[in-house]
Amino acid sequence: MSTTKIVYGLYADDDDLMNGVKAFNDKGIAINEVYTPFPVHGLDKALGLKKTRISDAAFIYAIYGVTIGSLVTWYVMNHDWPQNIGGKPAFDWAHNMPAFVVPMFELMVFCAAHMMSLTFLVRNKMYPGAPAQNPDPRTTDDKFMMEFITDDVESVKQLLVDTGVEEITVKDA
Amino acid sequence: MSGHYEAPIREPLIIGHKTYHDITEDIARPIEERAGKLWWISLYAALVLFIYGFGCIAYTIGTGIGAWGLNRTINWGWDITNFVWWVGIGHAGTLISAVLLLFRQRWRMSVNRSAEAMTIFAVVQAAIFPVIHMGRVWVGYWVFPLPNQFGSLWGNFNSPLLWDVFAISTYFSVSTVFWFMGLIPDFAMIRDRAKTPWTRKIYTFLAFGWGGKAKHWQRFEELSLVLAGLATPLVFSVHTTVSFDFATSVIKGWHSTIYPPYFVAGAIFSGFAMVQTLLLIARKVCHLEDYITMYHIEIMNIVIILTGGMVTVAYATEYFIGWYSGSRYEDFTYLSPGAATGPYWWAFWALIICNLVIPALFWFKRIRTNILATFIIALIINIGMWFERFDIIVINLSRDYLPGSWTMFKPTIIDVGVYLGTIGFFSVLFLLYARTFPVIAQAELKSILKISGETYKAKEGDEHH
Repeated sequence: MSTTKIVYGLYADDDDLMNGVKAFNDKGIAINEVYTPFPVHGLDKALGLKKTRISDAAFIYAIYGVTIGSLVTWYVMNHDWPQNIGGKPAFDWAHNMPAFVVPMFELMVFCAAHMMSLTFLVRNKMYPGAPAQNPDPRTTDDKFMMEFITDDVESVKQLLVDTGVEEITVKDA
Repeated sequence: MSGHYEAPIREPLIIGHKTYHDITEDIARPIEERAGKLWWISLYAALVLFIYGFGCIAYTIGTGIGAWGLNRTINWGWDITNFVWWVGIGHAGTLISAVLLLFRQRWRMSVNRSAEAMTIFAVVQAAIFPVIHMGRVWVGYWVFPLPNQFGSLWGNFNSPLLWDVFAISTYFSVSTVFWFMGLIPDFAMIRDRAKTPWTRKIYTFLAFGWGGKAKHWQRFEELSLVLAGLATPLVFSVHTTVSFDFATSVIKGWHSTIYPPYFVAGAIFSGFAMVQTLLLIARKVCHLEDYITMYHIEIMNIVIILTGGMVTVAYATEYFIGWYSGSRYEDFTYLSPGAATGPYWWAFWALIICNLVIPALFWFKRIRTNILATFIIALIINIGMWFERFDIIVINLSRDYLPGSWTMFKPTIIDVGVYLGTIGFFSVLFLLYARTFPVIAQAELKSILKISGETYKAKEGDEHH
């Protein structure tokens, strides 16, 4: 039987949780995951999480949207079926472009917003009807939970108690 | 978003001595309790209007838009009036959730969810009008770019009407995504406390497996911020594009460079008026007085003063130019001495009284902090903004360039029915929403409890003295 266990420490307050995270960092014990009911300010930094690159992805999606908007307006208005509409320049996209700013802008926002949201869902492994990822239902209400995967259950438990944890659960990994 | 400092002298945004769990209970209560009598009566009333309106829409589609009161001179009437009115109402929600997020205005957290719901439902109503105005709704998809071989021509990207198709559909879908992403953690909260298997199933479906992991919150906050950044110019672009429908035409009174900013200000003005109307009721029915406080109501009234002021300046400019230009055509525009004394004098003065005179009462603190007064004035603004669009469309069109074709507009019972139907449809959607969705962004609200909750504020205040 493996000695590796999962330890859950349930805190009642976000300040206690933050102190707990700091204490574990000082001791060099790795925290596997933290579940909170709301975004706790500074938690990502305390846990040493890298900055998310989801906004960089959004920028690329936005460029994609503008490109689609440019290509569609050029193809429809200047290439496939140019027409003289109210004397507007229909034979050259560069001159006709000011009239296309609105659809190009809208396609940019459309692509960036939707594809970024999809990226968010895919990266978080979220989809309609997915099983809940939090081990304890109270963490969406008012409790804050730390998760450890460790061989040294006793020292984790001790430090949890020292930092004011409310409840400790140990499970086989 | 939490952890920022807030001065102790600021009024708390959450009153009553709440804990995190109290917030959960307060937000989940309207969903978990059985609906009251008032809710059922309202729902039935709204359903009756909705069904009547749908009958009128079916009649319109069956017989053609000759069923409406349009004529050769006034070829846009109630339909486009209602369209612009509803789009305008749908402007406050995304403004509150996006623009105010970028400005770090924390009071938005209590009102953004419902305001956004209202936005989405209002845009649904708005979309009905141009679609049925096409007459042949079954070829409505021709508005999207389709190859010529398909039977129609490619859409004309030079036309503001096509820009509007892109603007409104993007606004609708992006607002919906923004709203839904924000709802996910709150659905997870409802899921985790669901008592019956069916509720659990439904909210498990909606919560997408959300578990509140630290990395997921980090991405969530980044997503909210970037979506807000994208939605902010979108809010301004949508009503700008709606105003282009008029401003790029060659109709006197419409062909005006003031339209884009003036339409956007008017939209926010009417949007906030509708938020006040609905939230004052929702706050009472769902017992949310501790979260939507007098401070929230007052600050929204101040936004109404600001945007109402912009609208006033625009009206004054238009009226002045109508007179100062000395052009006889300008004297028939909707804001001109001719309109004030002509056959549509009643519509002109309804606009002035409802949009300029009565909202000016909000300059008095006693009035903008009075719930009944706020409710009544907000309703009057809704009426005034409807008249604004009616005046822009009908007064300007009624005086054609040929005096021989001058005429008046008479709405038919079908016109009235379609309009009432959209009010019914909107109310049905909002009533269902208020009973099934968490009406306040509770996860976000919990993050400011320690900064702006009454208990914590009191403690902080003591420490400072």
